[in-house]
Amino acid sequence: MAATVSSPPRSRTDWGRRLRESLRAWTYIAPAALIMFFITLIPQAYQIWMAFTNFRIQNLRFNIFDPSTWSQYAPSWVWFDNFLRIIRSDLPIQNYNFGRLLLFNVVWTISNVAFHVILGVAIALALNSRYVIGRRVYRAFYVIPWAMPSLITAVTWRNMYDDRFGAINLLLAKLNELLGLNLPTGIKWLIQAIPPIGGLLSFLPLAFYCALVANIWLGWPFMSVVATGALQAIPAELYEAAEVDGASAWQKFWRITVPLLRPAMVPAIMLGSIWTFNQFNVIYFITEGGPLGRTEILVTQAYKLVLQHRLYGIASAFSIVVFFILLIFTLINNRVTRATEAYDVA
Amino acid sequence: MWRKVLRWFFGEMVYDWETWGPRRKVREVLKQLLIQLFLFTVLVTVLFPVLWIFSMALDPRNIDKPLELTLFPPGASFRSFRTVLFEPYRLLCKDPSDVSTCMTFARLMWNSIKVSLGTAVFSVVMGSSAAYAFSRFRFIGRQVGMLGFIVLLMLPGVATITPLYVILSAVKIGQESLRATLLGLAIAYASGTLPFAIWNLKGYFDTVPKDLEEAALIDGAGPLQAFIRIMIPLSAPALAITILFAFMSGWTEFLMAWLFLSDPNRFTLAMALQSMRGQYATPWSIFSAFSIVMSIPILILFYLLQRYIVSGLAMGAVKG
Repeated sequence: MAATVSSPPRSRTDWGRRLRESLRAWTYIAPAALIMFFITLIPQAYQIWMAFTNFRIQNLRFNIFDPSTWSQYAPSWVWFDNFLRIIRSDLPIQNYNFGRLLLFNVVWTISNVAFHVILGVAIALALNSRYVIGRRVYRAFYVIPWAMPSLITAVTWRNMYDDRFGAINLLLAKLNELLGLNLPTGIKWLIQAIPPIGGLLSFLPLAFYCALVANIWLGWPFMSVVATGALQAIPAELYEAAEVDGASAWQKFWRITVPLLRPAMVPAIMLGSIWTFNQFNVIYFITEGGPLGRTEILVTQAYKLVLQHRLYGIASAFSIVVFFILLIFTLINNRVTRATEAYDVA
Repeated sequence: MWRKVLRWFFGEMVYDWETWGPRRKVREVLKQLLIQLFLFTVLVTVLFPVLWIFSMALDPRNIDKPLELTLFPPGASFRSFRTVLFEPYRLLCKDPSDVSTCMTFARLMWNSIKVSLGTAVFSVVMGSSAAYAFSRFRFIGRQVGMLGFIVLLMLPGVATITPLYVILSAVKIGQESLRATLLGLAIAYASGTLPFAIWNLKGYFDTVPKDLEEAALIDGAGPLQAFIRIMIPLSAPALAITILFAFMSGWTEFLMAWLFLSDPNRFTLAMALQSMRGQYATPWSIFSAFSIVMSIPILILFYLLQRYIVSGLAMGAVKG
């Protein structure tokens, strides 16, 4: 079948063959395409339509298959009004500010992924030496944060930050008792609204750092596993040759390890960025967007618009806005990572 | 035997130690100490939350919340595990006045297994079939099709739950609508995992040389046979990843399940966990024991498939 991969068709028989080939290809794709058509595409089209209307809870009886509901329950067109209100932060809900939401989401993604990559690579490097004692034991345990369902991880961390019964404050109390320290034990980790760092970072409440720590905990093992795979693929001869040439450990790291890690890390970073950008479970279960909506990210806000505020039209418009933001973010990400790649080769 | 054990734990150091000079020995020992310090610190942070939920699960007092930090609470016992595993869930009953209609752990887990396996089977069968076509055939609409799947991967689906509810309610299986069944749920989850599965599998299939299939075709195998005999065994890592991701998403999803299912007999583990979270009366010991038991199947699956995980993500090839 690979033999049928051909240059552009020239004659009629070529076209016939190409058509037959296409038909066969699409039969292979049909099951997946059908599922995607009914379960994803039609609801998405419906969502795009809703985005231009003032669809609210009273329109839920509207059924496109049943004309008798049309006149009574159909929502009315508002065109781009939903989009404008989203961007102008003009929504009938509390603590909503589009600019802050977007800034927070980007800061959240970049800070998380940076920590994931740095920690993941550092740990992979530490475990990479053949002489490290107990590396298999460490590796077995280090997979746990990744393997635990993130739903459970998030709920567990939420309980750990509890101001009266959570493990963090209990740990501080234990340290006070054992070491005679005087650490505060009643910190309201997730509620306190005063930012711990002022100045430029004063839009980040303490709850952000809590969610950050939890998400670093669950995110670095993935990067570490990817980096381990890439490190094992680097031929030892390269290092031996560099040693013969008198290279220092630092030089070996920057000239051999980093360039050869990059091809594996770039796609992992892209994937990790999209996952973190939409990290629903951690935000929703740990901070619930609080305090005062300051740790809300786009997906949790969209979810609340649907299930809490029941503003279906606005929520649909919001999802479309999120899609375009994610698209731009991915394109920029792609550009940045590729640019550095070219720079290094040169 | 003892050498094997030593080697498993101490690594290659056991072999080279004798041949090193004293300076190398000092340097290696210092390096070892630093690395061990670092790795041990990481290990402590990794294990802290895990040990914490373990210690809570062992607490026999059935108090709402713990008041101090101990690894083994006074009178530690496995009672909460027994409660979780064998006692009926009084919040999830068809008829709240009749305990025998309440869900048990075994039934919740059986539902979770059905949904997760269904999602995994749909994803891997449909995903590999579509990915094979995208990887091996040159056909009309190929580029558009590939792009279509990636765009669907990026569109957030929060507000699509309402129309999906309507669509799945319109499809009837016998007396019931597909929406309220576990099959409907598995199909809905599969549509969430398919775009990634197709892209990842396609990237992986691209790395398998075409000559192998061509040789099989020359030997008289049909395309389907070539696919099953050549592609599937050679792409085991990518298929394993697809199965793992799909199974995990079916195992932990609860938002859609909570909205779509109405019969408590079909509720899943993730839904039970969610129901406990909302209920302030649920002691943390029960909650922790439940979390641990629910994580174990995923952990086992993870360790079984671990060696495939890195190689199975067609990193680099995903660019398309």
